[in-house]
Amino acid sequence: MSKLLEVDKLSISFSQYVKGLEQRELKVISDLTMDVNDHEILAVLGSSGSGKSLLAHAILGILPLNAKVSGSMKYKGEELTEELKEELRGKKISFIPQSVNNLNPLMKVKEQAIGYIEDESEKEKIQKKQREIFKQYDLSEEVDEMYPFQLSGGMARKVLISTALLNDPEIIIADEPTPGLDEKSVEETINNLVELKENGIGMILITHDIYTAINTSDRIAILYLGYVIEITETKNFSGHGENLLHPYTRSLYQALPENDFKLTEGHQPSYLNIPKGCPYHENCPNKTDKCDNILPELKTIGNTIVRCFNPLDGGD
Amino acid sequence: MNKLKAENINFSYNDHQILSNLDFEMESNQVIGLFGDSGSGKSTLCKILTGFIKDYEGNVLINDKIHDKGYNPVQLIYQHPEKIMNPRWKMEDVLKESWMPSDNILDEFGIKKEWFIRYPSELSGGELQRFSILRALNPKTKFIIADEITTMLDAVTQIQIITSLLKQCKENGIGLLLVSHDKKLLKRVCDKIVYLSDITD
Repeated sequence: MSKLLEVDKLSISFSQYVKGLEQRELKVISDLTMDVNDHEILAVLGSSGSGKSLLAHAILGILPLNAKVSGSMKYKGEELTEELKEELRGKKISFIPQSVNNLNPLMKVKEQAIGYIEDESEKEKIQKKQREIFKQYDLSEEVDEMYPFQLSGGMARKVLISTALLNDPEIIIADEPTPGLDEKSVEETINNLVELKENGIGMILITHDIYTAINTSDRIAILYLGYVIEITETKNFSGHGENLLHPYTRSLYQALPENDFKLTEGHQPSYLNIPKGCPYHENCPNKTDKCDNILPELKTIGNTIVRCFNPLDGGD
Repeated sequence: MNKLKAENINFSYNDHQILSNLDFEMESNQVIGLFGDSGSGKSTLCKILTGFIKDYEGNVLINDKIHDKGYNPVQLIYQHPEKIMNPRWKMEDVLKESWMPSDNILDEFGIKKEWFIRYPSELSGGELQRFSILRALNPKTKFIIADEITTMLDAVTQIQIITSLLKQCKENGIGLLLVSHDKKLLKRVCDKIVYLSDITD
């Protein structure tokens, strides 16, 4: 195993106009540190509308111009500059978008999968490969000729995955691959993702669906108000969550209907009102005075990385 | 006891038949879960029951009567609270458009008075959904149809919202139809689960 991608203290914010010339700063991702290896799926778990997709866009270098970005990223140890991102995206680093809305509605599926290639013999080669990959995913030749609106939900999912595989990527960033799918298609997607990992790909799986995260990933990074609060091995999401060290992660796991369905008081504020100090201190049962004012740094405990001054004990 | 009944509902969109010969019935002391695959017509049924779709065949009856005008006693709570609120109204006005709940109820849902002077875009998804549930809990409401109301929220927020909603429905004799693709959630909280494919042809 080697590190394919490292993200160090990435922050993304936007300035928005509110009324007239009044502006406000919206911080969507704060101080995000994580990495992904080959043969590994790292799930990034956060509630919807929390700006998780922006993480994908930041890695690919396709953020809108008014985004302010700080921090650094490395691809195989090399600084990931904007030029390098442009060179790698769609090739070594590939993207599985959220839905067919990301496809061009006026272009046949086959044509958008291969993209524009001038050289005829090159084009033929890649067309052959496209057919092979599509076939692996049970997409018949009829599908090649379809427009995005003609695809069913499950077919669209397969088209998006196989398109991402066309240039033999090393890293795949998958953005919410399962919502809106029925149970069978979710299972199928999960199997597809795990298979890719077994073939050596390193994947960042961005999702709000904890079920998909648990069933595919090796490690899970949990976001709260744009902060990574814990990165833990997926196997710790078991039992009553005794091995989860951050209080939010543990209440999240225990709140699932299939687990204890346990109620925890206090709610997640808006991004405009991110509290000072630890982002979770307003709801935390274990907070101390320090938590009100100082942001805890990420620290390593065993195989877990956690952002907390008073992490829970295993078995608590 | 109030009764909500849908009989022999047919609805098609262009040439595509979405619901055919659907029959459904519930009483106001029940919490029923509605489950179905995506694209099977769950949301369409919700809109028919609450009067947001009108060009269907068949009847929706409340206590054996068709709702005609005035406040509809069957209220819909929707997946995206930000889409049902006027973005230029402050939260107090958004809420008052329906009614002003007592401080007890506001507390139950964890709503802070200081949010009243904010605009919808200044609250989180979970905070907004609490407001949209309160709007639906108007004293004239007899049934609430909750269409995937926690799908976009994290599990911690989900359980808070569902618990408060269930409590209010019980206390006020409101029947609740909870629509979700999460069968585990429905099993946890519903008296009975109905599969859409079982009540339609």
